[in-house]
Amino acid sequence: MSLTAKDKAAVKAIWGKIGGKADAIGHEALARMLVVYPQTKTYFSHWSDLSPGSEEVKKHGKTVMGAITGAVDKMDDLVGGLSALSDLHAFKLRVDPGNFKILSHNILVTLAVNFPGDFTPEVHVAVDKFLAAVSSAIADKYR
Amino acid sequence: MVEWTDFERATIQDIFSKMDYESVGHNALARCLVVYPWTQRYFGNFGNLYNAAAIMGNPKVAAHGAVVLHGLDRAVKNMDNIKATYAELSVLHSEKLHVDPDNFRLLADCLTIVVASRLGTGFTADVQAAFQKFLAVVGAALRKQYH
Repeated sequence: MSLTAKDKAAVKAIWGKIGGKADAIGHEALARMLVVYPQTKTYFSHWSDLSPGSEEVKKHGKTVMGAITGAVDKMDDLVGGLSALSDLHAFKLRVDPGNFKILSHNILVTLAVNFPGDFTPEVHVAVDKFLAAVSSAIADKYR
Repeated sequence: MVEWTDFERATIQDIFSKMDYESVGHNALARCLVVYPWTQRYFGNFGNLYNAAAIMGNPKVAAHGAVVLHGLDRAVKNMDNIKATYAELSVLHSEKLHVDPDNFRLLADCLTIVVASRLGTGFTADVQAAFQKFLAVVGAALRKQYH
Protein backbone atom coordinates (compact mmCIF):
# COMPACT_ATOMS: atom_id res chain seq x y z
CA MET A 1 0.00 0.00 0.00
CA SER A 2 2.40 2.66 -1.24
CA LEU A 3 2.12 6.38 -0.59
CA THR A 4 0.49 8.29 -3.45
CA ALA A 5 1.30 11.92 -4.21
CA LYS A 6 -2.01 12.82 -2.56
CA ASP A 7 -1.06 10.91 0.61
CA LYS A 8 2.32 12.65 0.80
CA ALA A 9 0.71 16.05 0.38
CA ALA A 10 -1.83 15.30 3.13
CA VAL A 11 0.90 14.12 5.50
CA LYS A 12 3.00 17.24 4.86
CA ALA A 13 -0.06 19.44 5.38
CA ILE A 14 -1.10 17.93 8.72
CA TRP A 15 2.51 17.96 9.96
CA GLY A 16 2.59 21.65 9.03
CA LYS A 17 -0.50 22.13 11.22
CA ILE A 18 1.07 20.16 14.07
CA GLY A 19 4.11 22.44 13.95
CA GLY A 20 5.72 23.00 17.34
CA LYS A 21 3.15 20.78 19.05
CA ALA A 22 4.96 17.66 17.79
CA ASP A 23 6.71 17.11 21.14
CA ALA A 24 3.41 17.24 23.02
CA ILE A 25 1.77 14.92 20.50
CA GLY A 26 4.60 12.41 20.92
CA HIS A 27 4.31 12.64 24.70
CA GLU A 28 0.55 12.13 24.67
CA ALA A 29 0.67 9.23 22.18
CA LEU A 30 3.31 7.40 24.22
CA ALA A 31 1.43 8.04 27.47
CA ARG A 32 -1.78 6.70 25.95
CA MET A 33 0.00 3.61 24.68
CA LEU A 34 1.44 2.74 28.09
CA VAL A 35 -2.01 3.05 29.73
CA VAL A 36 -4.20 1.46 27.05
CA TYR A 37 -1.75 -1.33 26.09
CA PRO A 38 0.00 -2.15 29.38
CA GLN A 39 2.06 -4.92 27.78
CA THR A 40 4.13 -2.20 26.08
CA LYS A 41 5.47 -1.22 29.50
CA THR A 42 7.73 -4.26 29.33
CA TYR A 43 10.12 -2.28 27.14
CA PHE A 44 10.60 0.40 29.75
CA SER A 45 11.41 -1.55 32.90
CA HIS A 46 14.54 0.61 33.23
CA TRP A 47 12.45 3.77 33.81
CA SER A 48 11.53 4.86 37.31
CA ASP A 49 8.17 6.36 36.36
CA LEU A 50 5.84 5.13 33.62
CA SER A 51 2.92 7.40 34.45
CA PRO A 52 1.67 9.84 31.78
CA GLY A 53 3.16 12.86 33.56
CA SER A 54 6.64 11.45 33.96
CA GLU A 55 9.66 13.26 32.57
CA GLU A 56 10.92 10.01 31.04
CA VAL A 57 7.69 9.51 29.09
CA LYS A 58 7.74 13.15 27.98
CA LYS A 59 11.36 12.98 26.83
CA HIS A 60 10.93 9.70 25.00
CA GLY A 61 7.71 10.83 23.33
CA LYS A 62 9.66 13.82 22.00
CA THR A 63 12.44 11.56 20.72
CA VAL A 64 10.10 9.20 18.89
CA MET A 65 7.91 11.92 17.41
CA GLY A 66 11.02 13.83 16.37
CA ALA A 67 12.14 10.87 14.30
CA ILE A 68 8.70 10.47 12.75
CA THR A 69 8.62 14.19 11.90
CA GLY A 70 12.04 13.71 10.28
CA ALA A 71 10.57 10.88 8.22
CA VAL A 72 8.01 13.27 6.68
CA ASP A 73 10.87 14.68 4.56
CA LYS A 74 12.07 11.19 3.65
CA MET A 75 8.83 9.79 2.23
CA ASP A 76 10.43 9.16 -1.17
CA ASP A 77 12.88 6.69 0.40
CA LEU A 78 11.92 5.70 3.93
CA VAL A 79 13.97 2.50 3.99
CA GLY A 80 17.12 4.40 3.03
CA GLY A 81 16.36 7.41 5.18
CA LEU A 82 15.57 5.37 8.30
CA SER A 83 18.37 2.81 7.86
CA ALA A 84 20.28 3.78 11.00
CA LEU A 85 17.10 3.67 13.10
CA SER A 86 16.31 0.29 11.62
CA ASP A 87 19.72 -0.98 12.76
CA LEU A 88 19.04 0.35 16.23
CA HIS A 89 15.63 -1.33 16.52
CA ALA A 90 16.78 -4.60 14.95
CA PHE A 91 20.01 -5.20 16.82
CA LYS A 92 19.77 -3.24 20.04
CA LEU A 93 16.18 -2.45 21.02
CA ARG A 94 14.52 -5.50 19.43
CA VAL A 95 11.02 -4.11 19.84
CA ASP A 96 8.50 -6.62 18.50
CA PRO A 97 7.20 -5.00 15.29
CA GLY A 98 3.59 -5.61 16.37
CA ASN A 99 4.09 -2.70 18.72
CA PHE A 100 4.67 -0.25 15.87
CA LYS A 101 0.99 -0.66 14.94
CA ILE A 102 0.00 -0.04 18.54
CA LEU A 103 1.98 3.19 18.80
CA SER A 104 0.71 4.27 15.37
CA HIS A 105 -2.90 3.80 16.53
CA ASN A 106 -2.23 5.97 19.58
CA ILE A 107 -0.67 8.68 17.41
CA LEU A 108 -3.86 8.68 15.31
CA VAL A 109 -6.05 8.94 18.44
CA THR A 110 -3.88 11.82 19.72
CA LEU A 111 -4.26 13.64 16.40
CA ALA A 112 -8.05 13.12 16.50
CA VAL A 113 -8.21 14.54 20.04
CA ASN A 114 -6.05 17.58 19.30
CA PHE A 115 -6.94 18.37 15.67
CA PRO A 116 -10.54 17.15 15.28
CA GLY A 117 -11.35 19.49 12.41
CA ASP A 118 -8.19 18.71 10.45
CA PHE A 119 -8.13 14.94 11.00
CA THR A 120 -10.61 14.16 8.23
CA PRO A 121 -11.02 10.61 6.88
CA GLU A 122 -8.71 11.47 3.95
CA VAL A 123 -6.00 12.79 6.25
CA HIS A 124 -6.54 9.77 8.52
CA VAL A 125 -5.92 7.26 5.72
CA ALA A 126 -2.82 9.15 4.53
CA VAL A 127 -1.28 9.32 8.01
CA ASP A 128 -2.18 5.67 8.69
CA LYS A 129 -0.38 4.65 5.48
CA PHE A 130 2.59 6.88 6.31
CA LEU A 131 2.98 5.42 9.80
CA ALA A 132 2.69 1.90 8.37
CA ALA A 133 5.42 2.71 5.84
CA VAL A 134 7.63 4.15 8.60
CA SER A 135 7.02 1.02 10.71
CA SER A 136 7.96 -1.18 7.79
CA ALA A 137 11.16 0.81 7.20
CA ILE A 138 12.09 0.55 10.90
CA ALA A 139 11.55 -3.22 10.78
CA ASP A 140 13.54 -3.52 7.55
CA LYS A 141 16.70 -4.98 9.10
CA TYR A 142 14.95 -7.32 11.55
CA ARG A 143 15.67 -10.45 9.55
CA MET B 1 -17.11 -13.53 32.34
CA VAL B 2 -15.79 -10.06 31.68
CA GLU B 3 -14.95 -8.09 34.82
CA TRP B 4 -15.77 -4.39 34.62
CA THR B 5 -14.47 -1.86 37.12
CA ASP B 6 -16.81 0.85 38.39
CA PHE B 7 -14.82 3.36 36.36
CA GLU B 8 -15.23 1.31 33.17
CA ARG B 9 -18.98 0.90 33.66
CA ALA B 10 -19.48 4.57 34.43
CA THR B 11 -17.31 5.62 31.48
CA ILE B 12 -19.21 3.49 28.96
CA GLN B 13 -22.61 4.64 30.24
CA ASP B 14 -21.46 8.24 30.22
CA ILE B 15 -20.05 8.18 26.67
CA PHE B 16 -23.13 6.55 25.17
CA SER B 17 -25.67 8.58 27.14
CA LYS B 18 -24.26 11.76 25.60
CA MET B 19 -23.72 10.35 22.12
CA ASP B 20 -25.51 11.38 18.94
CA TYR B 21 -25.89 7.83 17.61
CA GLU B 22 -26.88 8.91 14.10
CA SER B 23 -23.97 11.29 13.66
CA VAL B 24 -21.32 9.10 15.28
CA GLY B 25 -22.57 6.00 13.47
CA HIS B 26 -22.54 7.79 10.12
CA ASN B 27 -19.08 9.24 10.65
CA ALA B 28 -17.54 6.02 11.98
CA LEU B 29 -18.82 3.85 9.13
CA ALA B 30 -17.91 6.43 6.49
CA ARG B 31 -14.42 6.77 7.96
CA CYS B 32 -14.02 2.98 7.91
CA LEU B 33 -14.97 2.83 4.21
CA VAL B 34 -12.44 5.59 3.42
CA VAL B 35 -9.55 4.47 5.61
CA TYR B 36 -9.95 0.75 4.90
CA PRO B 37 -11.42 0.73 1.38
CA TRP B 38 -11.51 -3.07 1.17
CA THR B 39 -14.41 -2.95 3.65
CA GLN B 40 -16.50 -1.61 0.77
CA ARG B 41 -16.79 -5.23 -0.38
CA TYR B 42 -19.77 -5.65 1.97
CA PHE B 43 -21.69 -2.72 0.54
CA GLY B 44 -21.95 -3.45 -3.16
CA ASN B 45 -25.55 -2.22 -3.29
CA PHE B 46 -24.87 1.13 -1.58
CA GLY B 47 -24.32 2.99 -4.84
CA ASN B 48 -21.67 5.71 -5.09
CA LEU B 49 -18.64 4.98 -2.87
CA TYR B 50 -16.06 6.29 -5.36
CA ASN B 51 -14.34 8.83 -3.14
CA ALA B 52 -14.39 10.23 0.38
CA ALA B 53 -16.92 12.95 -0.45
CA ALA B 54 -19.28 10.45 -2.09
CA ILE B 55 -18.98 8.10 0.88
CA MET B 56 -19.66 10.87 3.41
CA GLY B 57 -22.66 12.10 1.41
CA ASN B 58 -24.14 8.65 0.77
CA PRO B 59 -27.48 8.32 2.59
CA LYS B 60 -27.25 4.51 2.78
CA VAL B 61 -23.93 4.82 4.61
CA ALA B 62 -25.52 7.27 7.04
CA ALA B 63 -28.51 5.01 7.63
CA HIS B 64 -26.41 1.90 8.11
CA GLY B 65 -24.00 3.68 10.45
CA ALA B 66 -26.97 4.47 12.68
CA VAL B 67 -28.13 0.81 12.55
CA VAL B 68 -24.69 -0.36 13.71
CA LEU B 69 -24.54 2.14 16.58
CA HIS B 70 -28.02 1.24 17.79
CA GLY B 71 -26.86 -2.39 17.68
CA LEU B 72 -23.97 -1.42 19.98
CA ASP B 73 -26.52 -0.02 22.38
CA ARG B 74 -27.55 -3.57 23.27
CA ALA B 75 -24.13 -4.17 24.74
CA VAL B 76 -24.21 -0.84 26.59
CA LYS B 77 -27.43 -1.95 28.27
CA ASN B 78 -26.23 -5.52 28.97
CA MET B 79 -22.60 -5.14 29.92
CA ASP B 80 -22.61 -8.24 32.09
CA ASN B 81 -24.05 -10.42 29.37
CA ILE B 82 -22.58 -9.25 26.09
CA LYS B 83 -21.77 -12.72 24.79
CA ALA B 84 -25.39 -13.93 25.07
CA THR B 85 -26.77 -10.60 23.90
CA TYR B 86 -24.92 -10.91 20.57
CA ALA B 87 -25.34 -14.65 19.92
CA GLU B 88 -27.93 -14.10 17.19
CA LEU B 89 -26.05 -11.17 15.64
CA SER B 90 -22.91 -13.29 15.60
CA VAL B 91 -24.68 -16.00 13.63
CA LEU B 92 -26.05 -13.32 11.28
CA HIS B 93 -22.60 -11.82 10.59
CA SER B 94 -21.09 -15.27 10.02
CA GLU B 95 -23.79 -17.19 8.16
CA LYS B 96 -25.68 -14.52 6.29
CA LEU B 97 -23.46 -11.45 5.93
CA HIS B 98 -20.16 -13.40 5.69
CA VAL B 99 -18.19 -10.59 7.31
CA ASP B 100 -14.52 -11.31 8.06
CA PRO B 101 -14.34 -10.74 11.85
CA ASP B 102 -11.12 -8.73 11.42
CA ASN B 103 -13.44 -5.98 10.20
CA PHE B 104 -14.92 -5.58 13.69
CA ARG B 105 -11.56 -4.26 14.87
CA LEU B 106 -11.28 -1.89 11.89
CA LEU B 107 -14.69 -0.37 12.59
CA ALA B 108 -13.89 -0.26 16.32
CA ASP B 109 -10.72 1.74 15.59
CA CYS B 110 -12.70 4.23 13.46
CA LEU B 111 -15.34 4.54 16.18
CA THR B 112 -12.57 5.23 18.70
CA ILE B 113 -11.16 7.99 16.48
CA VAL B 114 -14.60 9.60 15.99
CA VAL B 115 -15.42 9.52 19.72
CA ALA B 116 -11.92 10.84 20.51
CA SER B 117 -12.42 13.81 18.19
CA ARG B 118 -15.82 14.57 19.76
CA LEU B 119 -14.67 14.33 23.39
CA GLY B 120 -11.29 16.03 22.88
CA THR B 121 -9.26 16.20 26.07
CA GLY B 122 -12.13 14.45 27.86
CA PHE B 123 -10.99 11.32 26.01
CA THR B 124 -8.22 10.63 28.51
CA ALA B 125 -6.00 7.54 28.33
CA ASP B 126 -8.14 5.83 31.00
CA VAL B 127 -11.34 6.63 29.10
CA GLN B 128 -9.70 5.37 25.90
CA ALA B 129 -8.72 2.12 27.64
CA ALA B 130 -12.29 1.55 28.88
CA PHE B 131 -13.81 2.35 25.49
CA GLN B 132 -11.40 0.10 23.60
CA LYS B 133 -11.94 -2.73 26.10
CA PHE B 134 -15.71 -2.43 25.60
CA LEU B 135 -15.36 -2.58 21.79
CA ALA B 136 -12.97 -5.53 22.07
CA VAL B 137 -15.51 -7.45 24.16
CA VAL B 138 -18.23 -6.65 21.60
CA GLY B 139 -15.96 -7.82 18.78
CA ALA B 140 -15.18 -11.07 20.60
CA ALA B 141 -18.90 -11.70 21.19
CA LEU B 142 -19.67 -11.10 17.51
CA ARG B 143 -16.89 -13.53 16.59
CA LYS B 144 -18.08 -16.22 18.99
CA GLN B 145 -20.51 -18.10 16.73
CA TYR B 146 -18.20 -18.22 13.71
CA HIS B 147 -17.09 -21.72 12.79
